Amino acid sequence: MSAIAQNGIDYQKVDEIMQSYDYKKSNLIAILQKVQEVFRYLPEDVMTYIGTKMEGLSPATVYGVATFYAQFSLEPKGKYEIKVCDGTACHVRGSMPVLNAIKAALALDEGQTTSDDGLFSLETVSCLGACGLAPVVVINDKVYPQMTSDAIKIVIDTIIHEDKKESAGA
Amino acid sequence: MVQTLINIDKEREKANEHIKAQGLRVLVCAGTGCVANGSLEVIERFKKLGANVSTLTHHDKVTIVPTGCHGFCEKGVLVVIPDLDVTYVKVKPDDVEEIVESHIKEGKPVDRLLYVDPKTQKHISKNEEIGFYAKQTRTSLANCGHINAESLEEAVAVGGYSALHKVLEQNDPEAVIKEIEDSGLRGRGGGGFPTGRKWRFTAANKGGKSYVVCNGDEGDPGAFMDRSVMEGDPHKLLEGMAIAGFAIGADEAYIYVRAEYPLAIKRLRRAIADAEAAGYLGKNIMGSDFNFTIHIKEGAGAFVCGEETALIASIEGERGMPRPKPPFPANKGLFGRPTLINNVETLANVPVIIAKGAKWFSSFGTEKSKGTKTFALTGEVNNTGLIEVPMGTTLREIVFDIGGGIRNGKKFKAVQIGGPSGGCLTEEHLDLPMDYDNLIAAGAMVGSGGLVVMNEDTCIVEVARFFMNFTQHESCGKCVPCREGTKNMLKILEKIVKGKGEMKDLETLEELAQAVKDGSLCGLGKTAPNPVLSTLKYFRDEYIAHIKDKRCPAGVCSAMKTITIQEDLCKGCSKCARNCPVGAIEGELRSPFKINQEKCIKCGACLNACPFKAIKQS
Amino acid sequence: MSDIKTLTVNGKVVEFTDEPNLLEVIRKAGFSVPTFCYRPDLTQFGACRMCVVEIDGRGIQSSCTMPPEAGLVVHTNTARTRRIRKTVLELLLANHDRECTTCEKSGNCELQQYAEEYGIKDVSKYVQKKKEDYLPIDDTNPSIVRDPNKCILCGACVRACAEFQGHAVLGFANRGSNTVVQPMAGKHLANVDCVFCGQCQAVCPTGALTIKSEVNNVWAMVTDPQKKVVAQIAPSVRVALGEMFGLEPGENSISKIDTALREIGFDLVFDTNFSADLTIMEEAYEFVQRLKAGENLPLFTSCCPAWVRYLETQHPDMLNHLSSCKSPQGMLSPVLKELVPKYFDGYTKENMVVVSIMPCTAKKVEAKRYQLFGETDVVMTTQELGKMIKSAGIDFNALEPSKPDSPFGEYSGAGTIFGASGGVAEAAVRTAYEFVTGEELKDIDIKGMRGVDKDSRTKDVELDIKGTKVKVRVVSTLKEAEKSLQLIKNGTADFQMLEVMACPGGCINGGGQPRSCDDSKIKEKRAAGLYKEDAELPVRRSHQNSEIKKLYAEFLQAPGSHKAHELLHTTYADMFANSYRDLVKK
Repeated sequence: MSAIAQNGIDYQKVDEIMQSYDYKKSNLIAILQKVQEVFRYLPEDVMTYIGTKMEGLSPATVYGVATFYAQFSLEPKGKYEIKVCDGTACHVRGSMPVLNAIKAALALDEGQTTSDDGLFSLETVSCLGACGLAPVVVINDKVYPQMTSDAIKIVIDTIIHEDKKESAGA
Repeated sequence: MVQTLINIDKEREKANEHIKAQGLRVLVCAGTGCVANGSLEVIERFKKLGANVSTLTHHDKVTIVPTGCHGFCEKGVLVVIPDLDVTYVKVKPDDVEEIVESHIKEGKPVDRLLYVDPKTQKHISKNEEIGFYAKQTRTSLANCGHINAESLEEAVAVGGYSALHKVLEQNDPEAVIKEIEDSGLRGRGGGGFPTGRKWRFTAANKGGKSYVVCNGDEGDPGAFMDRSVMEGDPHKLLEGMAIAGFAIGADEAYIYVRAEYPLAIKRLRRAIADAEAAGYLGKNIMGSDFNFTIHIKEGAGAFVCGEETALIASIEGERGMPRPKPPFPANKGLFGRPTLINNVETLANVPVIIAKGAKWFSSFGTEKSKGTKTFALTGEVNNTGLIEVPMGTTLREIVFDIGGGIRNGKKFKAVQIGGPSGGCLTEEHLDLPMDYDNLIAAGAMVGSGGLVVMNEDTCIVEVARFFMNFTQHESCGKCVPCREGTKNMLKILEKIVKGKGEMKDLETLEELAQAVKDGSLCGLGKTAPNPVLSTLKYFRDEYIAHIKDKRCPAGVCSAMKTITIQEDLCKGCSKCARNCPVGAIEGELRSPFKINQEKCIKCGACLNACPFKAIKQS
Repeated sequence: MSDIKTLTVNGKVVEFTDEPNLLEVIRKAGFSVPTFCYRPDLTQFGACRMCVVEIDGRGIQSSCTMPPEAGLVVHTNTARTRRIRKTVLELLLANHDRECTTCEKSGNCELQQYAEEYGIKDVSKYVQKKKEDYLPIDDTNPSIVRDPNKCILCGACVRACAEFQGHAVLGFANRGSNTVVQPMAGKHLANVDCVFCGQCQAVCPTGALTIKSEVNNVWAMVTDPQKKVVAQIAPSVRVALGEMFGLEPGENSISKIDTALREIGFDLVFDTNFSADLTIMEEAYEFVQRLKAGENLPLFTSCCPAWVRYLETQHPDMLNHLSSCKSPQGMLSPVLKELVPKYFDGYTKENMVVVSIMPCTAKKVEAKRYQLFGETDVVMTTQELGKMIKSAGIDFNALEPSKPDSPFGEYSGAGTIFGASGGVAEAAVRTAYEFVTGEELKDIDIKGMRGVDKDSRTKDVELDIKGTKVKVRVVSTLKEAEKSLQLIKNGTADFQMLEVMACPGGCINGGGQPRSCDDSKIKEKRAAGLYKEDAELPVRRSHQNSEIKKLYAEFLQAPGSHKAHELLHTTYADMFANSYRDLVKK
């Protein structure tokens, strides 16, 4: 029996990746890079799987490597990464209403950071140094100044619209 | 076994004929910087418009050649057309038609796309007349920007693999090591250890399996010379590695490239595949009995992996935590075997030394620092970009001749050299010949060659904080002095730039700096305090101004700013008060408002809000 | 022979030969340098920077990672080295939960000790660890408590886990000042493949990993007049406990321990050595049966609970090899509960509490196995008993010797050597030989099975039992054991018995023993103490122990009997489903 799709994880794919790197411990970083390419992040179960299946490794060791290198993410990131500044200036200027508006627009539950469709991920960051434009939101390195709960909804709707067009075109 | 080597001269001739057949070559930079500026689109336009045109210079054909980096990234997209020896700068896709019509078809250079000298306002067409290039001597970067980086043929045409051919023909590894020793080449990645000696140490352990490792984990913020070599002239690096492998008796090698350099990785992979297919790498290279395989390992985002033992750990698939030395990699390195680690620029110098001789190479530079060195010139100078100059070139030549002086007529204050491991040089060092030993003596280091020019508007304490933030973020966490020490140093610097520093903090800062420098396990930790120590040495008064006077002399640190409303200009509209995030502005309508300095967080929101420009910041 | 070379430490010329590093040569010269991360049985790490020395012409070097070279001129106490150490200590302390008085490691903590020696008084100038940032403490298993807020990231536990047990249950995670040591993704030790050998804790310089203490629990029992508290003491405890009272490692203090236990308030004191003999009776019989039948060979010894758990979680398909014998602890407790009421007045199964004193943290988990539950009530380690004796105000060295209670207190030399790697196999062979041949084994000292140093973690001995060749393999550490298991799996194993102890060198170096991690000679001395007792005892074969004979005659009938199986044998469970491997196979 193969280990396909336990907890929604395609372990056969993971097997293929490990196979393509000869199950060699020295290829662990490359293996994790490939896994992240496939899953958009490193699911804990996949790290455990690799750590148990590959000789000379343990789940804790794989986790150690995954958390050492900045490139790896333990949480799924969205295609569009939204950063809401919550520095002092933005905070008092209403970054929380903006944040809540985003959560509502993306239907995020408490503690959820990535939208169900995987399109957006949301995080708050401390001061981005753009206090004069407060409150600011940064989406994939583009800065959106002086956001309001209405304005951010328009921004998100536009992105969703553009994205649809893009994927329809592709 | 009798070796029958191929005839490399014939190969070169063949390659050159092929290139001649390309007709007029239009060289378009396709380095990372120019790609970001749209060079791929420029290339496409050229291909559409420029092909099959008859040229004034009687070429029957035009070939668009995507090249590696020219170094003058700021002016990208760069396009060089050799028939009239013209370099175009800041070329946009829409400019292509004009270049084709005017330059290529009619032989009239497009004046508006030429480089304008910031001093004389003259339009300059010839590359070597541009101040930025005039004072440079390019060896490791010699071919970057002049050849198609994805073509083995073009590399061979400019002499690629003939140095490797030469050493295989002589078949005397000892002679190769001797040549490198005689050249005086020193490691270009940081410490400046004599390359030949490193080779000799590793070769002394010949017998079993040995490795060559090329360190391409160029992580210093602001340094990108290694990327340029890997992207622009990958075969030179491969050739240098193969020569090193032959010298130390290794048949396998790794290039560790940081994952942030996808283009370099792509070009290197292509180059390795091409070279193997052509017999320049792999088994029985060029008909000899020398075998040499090169693998690529991609980093995953950890600055510390530029440290050689951390890099080894990373290639082995582990956390990039440095290991104590001794044992040195030359004795016990990758997978426990003797390993030679050199960085990209060092290895790129090797084929040139072998081809032109140690004497030629050592004719450049100073007594103890030979050859040329690349620097990434950034910051407040007019010309920023990648440069290569003989060792011993003075800071003044670099900043004022090549860099074209300080931007906007501001005053030179200092340069930060060597990135987060380096230190700063001030006006008193402008005429210091820059080489390894002089820089160490001045409390800085060549490092990988990042050179950030600062003017009077740069806050030196903030710069120190910036670098400390970087190293503390990149500390691997293994040894206590670096892990805990840099964290505490950063906290103190943050306190100082926020105007909350006390004089005793300076004492703690210096104490910590010394302990981190003396006590850390690896080079990252040992050099992490350098920016702090050197700025404290040359700009102590700026630290004191921050602490005692709560004043940032450069006017950078926002916490030290005071924002005031000028009563005579204020109309009392209350817009500032409404925009203030902390309620620090009070007043009555139609009479001047006031800022409560204790509440003010210096965010500047009021400055932008005021319709009468009545609010000033000092 | 290696050449003798010299170097200079603090002006003193010292000879050296093959010392692995400069630190050992410095110690040889009679100086000590502080260290957190250097442990002679582990690979050198060079992280704590406490052992830095200044070498003429070489600058500052960490002595634990520096190979000794002839002619080096080494200074251990220069202004620079002392400043580095002091700063390291200050920085560590600032980032440390400094509630020393309530820390399990207090008084036994290297950080505390060096802080005192270096006169650290005030670390307020550095960034302080904040209470609200404390990470949760893991005390959800019966053996080991992990408190990440006291971790100084020396990595000794990470190396011990990987290098001894080949397992790396603990690992570094994150980077820079966010680095932590933890099991996979910060899970509890109980929820990963930990075997609870306790070696991580044994090498930990601070209170980050400690033994889960039963001291208060036992005090409550011995002071409760309703309870009859009986003790059993494992073989290796007797050659180690004395170290906590200034005795030399290996010095046998069993007769004082027995007295101390009685003074503390234990009602009866028995000896696990007795049940070690009992184990041999059953296991030797089992081995002979398997040899005859040619089934389930090689036989695996089952004394080490960490090894048992390892098989259950990692290789349940090989459980058939494991001897069905309970461990000596596991055998004695039910025997005591069953028979003490018969021999001693006032004892019932209900009012009796069996406390075992073990060198081992995994024994705490063993006692909680569902197959053995309720038999051994409390497991205390050597260290915990030492603390009890101190807290009772007993002058250990002045104690009058006493003997264990009888029956269940007599033991043979074979029983006592259980505490060293190879001892179980040697004891088994002494008896099995006689079971097979009916003759006494002449060469009773089987030297090939002895040895507890780094190079003796796998030992093969071939025996000639009257023409039948039997090969016995002795292994310590699970990392080594795994290699033997692979041989069995690929069909190339040529041995019929496999003794495995998870701790390097066996129980004498168990996770519950007094601190021994900074001197690899300690375990050799402890083992020597056991072999010395063996040599001196009048009875050196388990089957000649008169109390054992009596027990079989009056109660158990014969090895392998129905009654023996009821009381002395156990079953094992496939724990695969609880382990990561679950994910891999299905």
